Amino acid sequence: MDKSLTMPISGAAISGPAGSRLEAGPQGKRPRKVLSSRNVIVYGALGLAALYYLLPLYVMVVTSLKGMPEIRLGNIFSPPMEITFEPWVKAWAQACTGLNCDGLSRGFWNSVRITVPSVIVSIAIASVNGYALANWRFKGSEIFFTILIVGAFIPYQVMIYPIVIVLREMGLYGTLYGLILVHSIFGMPIQTLLFRNYFVSLPEELFKAARIDGAGFWQIYLRIMLPMSLPIFVVSMILQTTGIWNDFLFGVVFTRPDTYPMTVQLNNIVNSVQGVKEYNVNMAATLLTGAVPLIVYFVSGRLFVRGIAAGAVKG
Amino acid sequence: MAAHTQPGRPNQLFRNLNSKIASIPMMLTAVVIFLGGTIWTVVYSFTNSKLLPRLSFVGLEQYERLWDTPRWIVSIQNLATYGCLSLIFSLTIGFLLAALMDQKIRFENTFRTIFLYPFALSFIVTGLVWQWILNPEFGVQSVIRSLGWTSFAFDPLYNSDIVIYGILIAALWQGTGLVMCLMLAGLRGIDEDIWKAARVDGIPMWKTYLFIIIPMMRPVFVTTLVIIASGIVRIYDLVVAQTSGGPGIASDVPAKYVYDYMFFAQNLGQGFAASTMMLLAVAIIIVPWAYLEFGGRKRG
Amino acid sequence: MLNNVSTRTQSSVSIRELSLSFGSVKVLENLNLDIHDGEFLVLLGSSGCGKSTLLNCIAGLLEPTEGQIFIKDKNVTWEEPKDRGIGMVFQSYALYPQMTVEKNLSFGLRVAKVPRDEIDRRVARASGILQIEPLLKRKPSELSGGQRQRVAIGRALVRDVDVFLFDEPLSNLDAKLRSELRVEIKRLHQALKNTMIYVTHDQIEALTLADRIAIMKSGVIQQLDDPVTIYNRPRNRFVAGFIGSPSMNFLKGELAEEGDHTVFKTNGVSFSLDGYDASEPLKPGRQVILGARPEHIKVDGDITGGEIHEAVVDIEEPMGADNLLWLKHAGHVMSVRIGGARRYAVGAKVRLAFDMSMASLFDAGTEERI
Repeated sequence: MDKSLTMPISGAAISGPAGSRLEAGPQGKRPRKVLSSRNVIVYGALGLAALYYLLPLYVMVVTSLKGMPEIRLGNIFSPPMEITFEPWVKAWAQACTGLNCDGLSRGFWNSVRITVPSVIVSIAIASVNGYALANWRFKGSEIFFTILIVGAFIPYQVMIYPIVIVLREMGLYGTLYGLILVHSIFGMPIQTLLFRNYFVSLPEELFKAARIDGAGFWQIYLRIMLPMSLPIFVVSMILQTTGIWNDFLFGVVFTRPDTYPMTVQLNNIVNSVQGVKEYNVNMAATLLTGAVPLIVYFVSGRLFVRGIAAGAVKG
Repeated sequence: MAAHTQPGRPNQLFRNLNSKIASIPMMLTAVVIFLGGTIWTVVYSFTNSKLLPRLSFVGLEQYERLWDTPRWIVSIQNLATYGCLSLIFSLTIGFLLAALMDQKIRFENTFRTIFLYPFALSFIVTGLVWQWILNPEFGVQSVIRSLGWTSFAFDPLYNSDIVIYGILIAALWQGTGLVMCLMLAGLRGIDEDIWKAARVDGIPMWKTYLFIIIPMMRPVFVTTLVIIASGIVRIYDLVVAQTSGGPGIASDVPAKYVYDYMFFAQNLGQGFAASTMMLLAVAIIIVPWAYLEFGGRKRG
Repeated sequence: MLNNVSTRTQSSVSIRELSLSFGSVKVLENLNLDIHDGEFLVLLGSSGCGKSTLLNCIAGLLEPTEGQIFIKDKNVTWEEPKDRGIGMVFQSYALYPQMTVEKNLSFGLRVAKVPRDEIDRRVARASGILQIEPLLKRKPSELSGGQRQRVAIGRALVRDVDVFLFDEPLSNLDAKLRSELRVEIKRLHQALKNTMIYVTHDQIEALTLADRIAIMKSGVIQQLDDPVTIYNRPRNRFVAGFIGSPSMNFLKGELAEEGDHTVFKTNGVSFSLDGYDASEPLKPGRQVILGARPEHIKVDGDITGGEIHEAVVDIEEPMGADNLLWLKHAGHVMSVRIGGARRYAVGAKVRLAFDMSMASLFDAGTEERI
């Protein structure tokens, strides 16, 4: 009790005017208004922009939860007066494309069957390629790599028809295997670049030490490089999963209606000319299709950013 | 090992053999698909292939016909308008957002997440959402009219004069987040001391950006430009989803022209010629850039 | 007494009770420092000691959490950097890469709307002093590191200010250029007679350039003195160990009474402290650390007096002009600097004597000088 009384007094004596070298006038931090014009401009502009970016997501969600009568009456921005999940059920299980009326679920499972093997195959190939290019260069390896990177900029339309012919010759045209192959091919430039740059950034001494210890090509890859490259595998998986899931062109060219991926089926559902347009079902279907990449994006966070930066800046 | 049968130099072919075997997929892709496929298409663009590719050369006939087709001219005009505006707006908006994000703000991660999430979505999803938002009966136009401005008209998806701007709005929504991220990475890469020096020199912030930072970020701008531009030439899914090329052919683009002629019109020659024109457009963007980027690096 | 400070000598820069913390991390703590007009003050310390932070506070690039900063008797605590009358030179040069040297020098003046002929006059003067006239039309990328740093100094020069701030300006240069530019900076100071505050982690730069050195550690100034005092009479063990290469020898022991003399005793061996200038009475029994620089321990022929000890050569490190002997004695290994021409075999016996007038004694607990 005594101490608590004396403490403030002694504190005041130390910092009091007698011992202080401070003069009247400004000291310490410059006072800042929370509502300074700078803050208003910066946060105002960012807030407005954020609104523009969030609006479509909001509209999608709101529309998908309304009944059709409410949509016809109200405006698209108003929240639903009566929440219904029927559009979601219908989009998933009943929406029609052509003669099939079993909803988007078919496209969803097709997309899963396309995406999972494509991601695995393309990453397996690209990581080995990148490793060979980074640590085991041979005469001509850089030339192939350059062609690969330049190829990434060639419009797909230029190469589609020759691929159709090649796949037809191999008997893979119209099958999921064919599409998986196509995804592995077109994922190769960016993925190889990603892995090559990553392996180049690892200390070369590590590789040299392993060679002196007598390890060979595959041993070094499996025992030393793989365990060290978990982050880049995750980044690459994120990129490939969203990229392949979102693909439309290859899906529409290389598959048949019963094996259409989700994006193609979605487009057919929404843009079909027959029947009454059910906007709520359409938006539920759109959200369902966007859900997978969105979940990947929100879960992966900064890794996604790292992936696009690594893939884009050097690409 | 086998390489040592000859005294002196080991056989070149067997050096790094594992590495070469591992690179076979890459070599095949590079040579057969990218190089071979491109050459194949360019060669067949000089034939009169219809339903099936045939090697009967007709010279430049397909190209002459292409440039006489109104639908192709519309596609090219659309691509030019969309491309220029898209470049200008995405670079400007992307940079402005990045500059705002670089002001040591709070909630930076939240803002970044919001600006970038559309980039994770497909063009199909993007196109369908904006088709709905721009729907004249229920969307933005009707909402603004119901607020009292009854003569307000903004229905790009039903008005062939402005339909391309409707697509632009959707494309910017999808893609500016990426530009912002690239620009922000560029801004973060700039030496902190430059900012300090500019403050000591008393240079106002906007002048620092304009005269010092932006010139320093030239490589970032160039790379971003190349990425956006090569994406612009490819634009396809967005148009298919948002307008299906309509009204009429008003929002047609080259990629859609190619697809339609190859797979619906059974006119392969036209499709090949049009896709070769797309290749040419990309080459015009890529070649000078690659020359500057890689040619310059060798000298440096 | 406080009034004396401001009236006696005009202080150019005065830092008063300055504290700075980032969140809960305290970088500077209640720091006081007065820098005289025309003085060359070096802030010396290892990385993370707060020296650069302090410099940035003086420049106005960082806001202190508490305290005041005066430049030319004007309270500038809240002023923008450009209004403080300072020029600053950075470690990474921070030249504007897209502008020519001339534009780099003049850009700030142009923005400040200084008349054209005045700008030309100042640029001509600065480039004359720094001998960079032939470089004026070039871009920074076409300059060598030394030339770039000269331009960076020029950019501070054209501002016509009273106080120059240097933030590790020579750290990015190689050893040879560093010593050249060090001399040039010293010459510049002698010619201009401006106040200069110079941050470095390099003790040679500090000792050669400074009028006074402030040695910092964890946000606190450990000692503020002229280089000779800092070198010969370090105020605590940290300063003693930080300055000098090879480092000072430290022997742990205690004070003891032997006859009517106070001696330093370690591992059973006693050293006479005759000649040591203590600032307080040496009480027997006190745990202390004896510090002696390698050149203040005399060997064989160099011995001019004092108590003689015998030691064994452990290792010899010839360094050209000098030869560094590592000697074993009294359970310690200590380094001794001798002339480069004198060589010893390992295991040889040598005689040694401490020059106690140049030694330092620190309390083993507080590590403060006694």
